[in-house]
Order: sequence, then C-alpha cells, then structure tokens
Amino acid sequence: MATHTAHSEHLDTSHAHTHAANDDGHEHGGPKVYAAVLAALLLLTVITVGASYIDFGGGMTNVVIAMFIASIKGSLVALFFMHLRWDKPMSAIVFCVSLFFLALFLIGCYTDLATREPAEPLNIKTKHAPGGQFGPPAPGAAGAPAGQPAPGAAAPAGTPQAAPAKH
Amino acid sequence: MNQSLTDVDSHGEHHADHSHDSRLQHHFATFEQQFDAAKLGMWLFLGTEILMFGGLFVGFALQQAAHPEAFVAAHHHLDKKMGALNTVVLLLSSFTMVMAVHKAKQAKRAAMTAYLLVTLACAGTFMVVKFFEYQHKFHEGLLPGAFYKVQHIGEVPNQFIFFSFYFMMTGLHGIHVLIGMILITWLVIKGRTGAFDGKWYTPVDLVGLYWHLVDLIWIYLFPLLYLIT
Amino acid sequence: MAHYAPGENYLNSPPGLWSWLSTVDHKRIGIMYLWSILFFFLIGGLMALLVRIELLTPKQTIMTAEQYNQVFTLHGAIMVFLFIIPSVPAALGNFVLPLMLGAKDVAFPKVNLMSLYIYWTGALMAVGAIVLGGIDTGWTFYTPYSTSTGGAVSLMTLAAFVLGFSSILTGVNFIATIHKLRAPGMGWFQLPLFIWSMYATALIQIMATPVLAITLLLLFMERVFHIGIFDPKLGGDPVLFQHFFWFYSHPAVYIMIVPGFAIISEIIPTFSKKTIFGYKAIAFSSVAIAIVGFLVWGHHMFVSGQSTLAGAIFSFLTFLVAIPSAVKVFNWLATMYRGSIDLRAPMLYACSFLLLFSIGGLTGLYLGAMSVDVHLHDTYFIVAHFHYVMMGGTVIAFLGGLHYWWPKMFGRMYNERLAAIACALVFVGFNVTFFTQFVLGSRGMPRRYYNYLDQFQPLHAFSTYGSWILGAGLFLTAGYLLATFRKPMDAPANPWGGKTFEWETQSPPITHNFDFDPVLLHGPYDYRPAKPRENEPVAH
Repeated sequence: MATHTAHSEHLDTSHAHTHAANDDGHEHGGPKVYAAVLAALLLLTVITVGASYIDFGGGMTNVVIAMFIASIKGSLVALFFMHLRWDKPMSAIVFCVSLFFLALFLIGCYTDLATREPAEPLNIKTKHAPGGQFGPPAPGAAGAPAGQPAPGAAAPAGTPQAAPAKH
Repeated sequence: MNQSLTDVDSHGEHHADHSHDSRLQHHFATFEQQFDAAKLGMWLFLGTEILMFGGLFVGFALQQAAHPEAFVAAHHHLDKKMGALNTVVLLLSSFTMVMAVHKAKQAKRAAMTAYLLVTLACAGTFMVVKFFEYQHKFHEGLLPGAFYKVQHIGEVPNQFIFFSFYFMMTGLHGIHVLIGMILITWLVIKGRTGAFDGKWYTPVDLVGLYWHLVDLIWIYLFPLLYLIT
Repeated sequence: MAHYAPGENYLNSPPGLWSWLSTVDHKRIGIMYLWSILFFFLIGGLMALLVRIELLTPKQTIMTAEQYNQVFTLHGAIMVFLFIIPSVPAALGNFVLPLMLGAKDVAFPKVNLMSLYIYWTGALMAVGAIVLGGIDTGWTFYTPYSTSTGGAVSLMTLAAFVLGFSSILTGVNFIATIHKLRAPGMGWFQLPLFIWSMYATALIQIMATPVLAITLLLLFMERVFHIGIFDPKLGGDPVLFQHFFWFYSHPAVYIMIVPGFAIISEIIPTFSKKTIFGYKAIAFSSVAIAIVGFLVWGHHMFVSGQSTLAGAIFSFLTFLVAIPSAVKVFNWLATMYRGSIDLRAPMLYACSFLLLFSIGGLTGLYLGAMSVDVHLHDTYFIVAHFHYVMMGGTVIAFLGGLHYWWPKMFGRMYNERLAAIACALVFVGFNVTFFTQFVLGSRGMPRRYYNYLDQFQPLHAFSTYGSWILGAGLFLTAGYLLATFRKPMDAPANPWGGKTFEWETQSPPITHNFDFDPVLLHGPYDYRPAKPRENEPVAH
C-alpha cells in the first residue's frame, strides 16, 4: 500500500543508527574537554573571590568585573557543558534571544529609574517613634533621598513594621 | 514479533510494524527529528527560566542602585566561604552531569549511574550548606521583609531589602535544585533497566541541560549576593 | 487505507469521558480548551453587562461602589487571563496548527495535555478567589493598593501565576512543532500565514510570560511578607511594579491580537479566491510586531511617575509598533481587491475586523503620543481603545475563525442566515457600546468610576443599550452554533475551497489527522488555475 510504504520508510528504525541521534559523525565533548572546562571554571571562581577583596575604585567597577568573570564562566558552561558549541545553531539562538529580552527589560527599567527621583523620599518610621507605626518622623530623622548616607548616627534608622499579613 | 503490517487494534490505531521502537513517538518520523524537537523544547523552556530568574536579578539590581549602602552592609552577614564552597560543589556537579550524559550516549549504564549519583551527592551537599546558612540567618534574625529583626540605632537602614532578595533568589534557586535532584533520581531509576543508549538518551540530555542552567544561575548569584564591595 | 471505519473521527473514537481526559490528541485538547474559554467568555461577559447596567445612572443603580470595583476587576481579570490569552492559540491553534503543517500532532502531546490541566487548575483557583472574597484592584493589580487591600488578592495572584505556565507550555509546543513537524516540501515561505503569526505569538508567550510569573510572585511576597520591593514605606518603588507588570502585559496584548491576524490572513484569501498579497511582508510583520512589542511597555506609565526621558523614548517606540500592523491591513485589502468576494460569515467577520481593528489601532497612536495621553489616560478613551482592538479585533477574528473551522471541528455547517444576522447585531452593538466611549473619554469621563457627573449620563445609557444589542448578537451566535449538534455530520471536507492542509482531510478529521502522508504540492493560497508541472511548491 502506497501510504503504508511511505510510512514505514520514515520509520527507519530497523536499520538503526548506531551512532547518536544528534551526531555529525565524530565525537564531540568527551572527558578531556569537560575536565579542562571544569578546571577553568574552578580557576575563575578563585579569581572571582580574589578580585572581590581588591577595591578597583568607583561604585560599579567591582560589580562589572565580577559580572564579566561570571559571564566567562557562564559561557564555558553554555558552550561546552550544554553543548552549544556543537549543537545546531537554533539552541544557541534561543539562549541568546532570551538574554537579549532580559537585557531589554533591565535597560528599560533602568532608563526610567536612573533619570528621576525615587517614587517617594525615604521616610521610614522606627517602631519607637512618637505616633507609632505611621506617626510623624522622630526629630532629626529627615527623609534622605536614595543613595545618600543616613544623616548622622543620632537619626533613628528605619525598620519595617511587622504588619499583620493580609491575604 | 511477527505480526501483520496492517495490524489494527480495537481503537482503530494503526501500528506500522511491531518491531518499531516504542521510544519513537508516532508523530515523529525519525529519532533524530524527535531528539531535535525535544532539545529545542527544552531550550525554549530554559529561555523562560532565564527570563523568570532574570526578573529577580533586575529587581535586585534596581534596588541595589537605590540602596547601595544597605546592600553593602547587609552582605557582610553572608559567609563568603560557604558561598564559594557551594559554587565549587555546583560546578563539580555540572561536570559529573555532563559526564553522565556522555556515558548514557555510550550506553555505559554503570558509569552513567555513578556520575548521576555523584551529581546527586553534590546537589545534596549544596542543600545542606544552604540549610546551615539559612539556619544562621534565622538565628541572627536576618529574615525577609516583615520578619527582619528590629534595627538598632547606628545600623545602616533598609538592610532587610537585601535579605528579602537573598531569600527569594536563593530560595527559588534552591527549589530548582530540589526539582533537579528529583529528576536525577528518576534518571537513575529509569536507567537501571538499560533504557538509554546512543539512539535515545534524550531524558538524560534534557535533565542535564536543566541542571546546567541551575548551575549557571548560581554562577551569577554567587558574586552578586556574596561578593559585593 | 481502511484503517478507520466510515464515520469514525476524533470526536467519537475512542469513546468515553476518560479517553477525553487522558487524551494526547491535539484536536481533543483544543476542543476542551474551546469549551473552557467560551465558558469564561460567558462569565466575563455577564460581568460586563452588570458593569454597564450599573453605569446606566450615576450613583447606585444595582450595586454598591465596593461591589462595582469587584465586578469590573473580575470582568478584566477573567477576560484577560481566562478567555482572551488562551482563546485563539489554545483553542483554535491547538486544533488547526498541526493539521495545517501536515503533522499528526504537536511536538509534545503530553505537555499539551499538561497545559490544559494547568489551565483548569488556575481557573479553579481564580474561581476560588472570586468566591472567597473577590478582588477589587483592577485587573492590573497596581501597588500599593494591591499589597494592602483585603479580599482574595493573594489567591488570584497565584491563580494568574499558574495560568501563565499553561500559556508558556503552549508557546513552547508551537515553536517546536513549527520548526520540526512541517510536511515535506513545506519550507518557511510555503507556510500558511496563520503559522507565521502563531510562531510570533509563541515567541511572545515564551519571552514575556515568565516575567509575569516573577511579578506575581513578588507581589505575593510583598503582600504576605512585606519584602520591600514595591512599597515606598519599605524602601520600594510602586512604579517598579508597573515596569514589571507591563513588561509582560504589553506583549500580552500582542499575544491577544497576533493570533487574530493569523485568522484574518487565512480567511481573506480563501473568501476572495485570490492569492494573498505581500506574503513575506505579512510574515515578517508578525515577527516584527512580536519584537517591537517588547520595547513599548512604558506607554502605560506616562502619568505614573515615570521619568520624562523614559516616557519620550517609549512614546517614540510606540509609533514604530503601529507600522507592521498597518502593513498587514494594507496587504489584506490589496488581497481583496479584484478578488471574487464570498460574503459568508467568516468573511463578514473578517471585514468587520478590518474596520474595527483599524479604529482601535489608530486610537492607539493617539494614546502613544505622550502629550495626548496625559489628557486621555485613565479615561473612557482608553477603555474604548482597548475594546476596539481586543474585542473588535481579537474577538471578532476569533468568531470568524470559529465559523471558518466549525465544519472542520464538528462536521456540521451552521445556519448562514442566522450567522449574518448575528454578525450584524454584534457589529452594530459593538460600535454603539464602544464608539460612544471614545466620546465619553475625550470629554473627561474617567474609567473605573462608579459615580459620574450627570452630563455623562446620556452617553453612558447609550453605551449600555449598545451592550444589550451586542449581547443579543453573541447569544444568538451561541444558539445557532450549539444547534448544529442536532444535525448530522454532513459537512464536506472543504466547504470553503481552502488551500491549506486541514481542508484535505475529512470533516471532522480522524484521530491521526491524515490517512496519507501529506506532501506539499501547491502554496497555501494558490488560487490560480492548476499548472502543468506537479509536485512543485509555488514560489511567492
């Protein structure tokens, strides 16, 4: 039967592929490659921790360096352990596209938050301030805009109140 | 299995050939097509995980930008050594996982099982270390949000925000580690019957991808949470 | 070839409730989704009718202000999460997509079934939330109100979280299916445009919905544990919630409309008996909408306290996203030009779509202009805009698709005369209801308001009467569609003369879709006379 022959031609399982389903003929990966990658990852971890003890100056520099090293480690995991190096490109495309959209999200939010004052000046009351939980600030606890140190040790620091959880 | 090619069962289902490997689902033509589809599906799912965790990272980044001193002060309460230990443990587990996939592909059941068990052990170690870290935080009252201990005068304010994120991020990550452990255990059980070979080792490969993502997320979590200066 | 008894199809074989609940057949899953979403369309629609009745008069008409807040919130939440997002992809898409590709099923049939169960779980949780206290925050759950108000907000938040995974899994399945299960000969540019649009939709589902998941999780944590992300008293930022929320919810509206585009791209060539004009333009514009749709979320936040710079950037990007939609509309019109137009129900709905979606889309441009939006935000202009695109767009397209594929799904033809009457009622009722609201909004009537100034009362009443006409049209549609189940299954395999694969198998299809292996022999819109050469896909 014509349909039936076509069907069983597709199901070429009796002449089984003895090599792996997603193989292009030669082995990729393998213990040596994976061990080398592991060694590199461990080394980079040591470097990351070490770098955290050094002050590179500037607020964001340390974070950027840490993220950069983390990205190298992440790339090694993705390329070698997750096989992106040898797989069909579609997997890598999916991975990169996800990162792209994540970056969009971060950039969009950051563009907003970085170009305006925070939504409301910090004005957190302490538990012991007069007026209780939502009373007026204690004398000296001026609302400080985000990013600046709280004014002086005399100003009571803020705490959240353990408000009853509403469901 | 020597049955007629036009075997029709009571549901009118058409079975082409009873020597056909039941690991190949009926709507796929070849194992390769099935494997490619499964891999693509898994990567798409990993993409969603990247965006979900990514949302937490974005929230963390924005709150850090808004409260830098609080975050710096708060992170000193974290033990870098335990964090580093966990990082090493997870990296090792990633290695053993990819070796397990490698062995599954070669149909080397014993080796695969051994590597899977080591992966499981590493994951367990990770969770144990996490448990001790959490216990320490509970002890010191460094809890998320409303449960944070009362601040004393002179302490940098708003540190509870850091701990909210710490618990949310490591907590969600920890849940994923636990799920991974369950999946790896399932692989060990399923693998005992010799189910995996070069023609079909898809579940091992897919769980491997998932596990590597869990490791990948920790690679970023560790410096962000533990190593801020 | 006689593997199937005559009259045997996916509906009656295998029989029994359990065979349905444990099925992995994409068609059965699609049908179960269909009844589910139609049920919630009914509930959400009843909520809408209640809202409109309340607004007949200022102050109390039939309910208190607190009840009103709950009713409009539930209308929005049910319609968005339980009806419109799954509607075309999960109900029609699940049924049609594998058939159109010449495939026997989606790539991951068991995952497909799981997504249905996840949907039902989320739906049950939502119903639970409604019953156990309701929600009054608006479907947008803005903080700080949503983190401090009473009611079942936490449960509803978790319900939406669960529903998101149903959407994600559908998206994963579709992308893998489209990549891997096309019939031989069906390259990317021989795909029906329905597939291109569903691909773009799936892309959005996968990339955007996880952010909703984390948003809802953070909202839940904020509400229960006061973690300090959205509450300014705790050092958080309520506008941050809006960023998180709209990063999903703006692409979500493209999850809603792009499948509508998918349907229109199928109906118009078939009912114009003419090849689609601008195949590649329409195909690429779907993907363009999906991508650019991620860049514009801040246009929901022009007056929320977002910085002016960010607002200006989002406004500019919003203008860009209108372009691919316009490309589609012009290509559809060009397809119809000099075609042989067949004005049966699917085409009536498609033509309605062209007008209503254009109005909705153009008013979106007004709102995208920041300077104009400052005046129109949170007025009835917005309400009218999104109802024109979501209802005048997606729902109309959905109804068109439902009529188009009804004979394929159930093997019966509906009554064409009643369908035309119902379409007219829906069209007239819709415009009376919602065009009035453009006027209301531009004159200053705010949205979500229970009480209003007397001067708005005549327009509100007019809008309410429109809702009754609209409701009548929809109930009539439900009536004659359900009545088809009393008829025998005598619909032909191809009642419309369509050229895509689903029309080459019986109506309703057998469980395995085709009793031959489909191979592409002509393009999806090849309405030209047959060429002498066989087995060559027609290049466009």
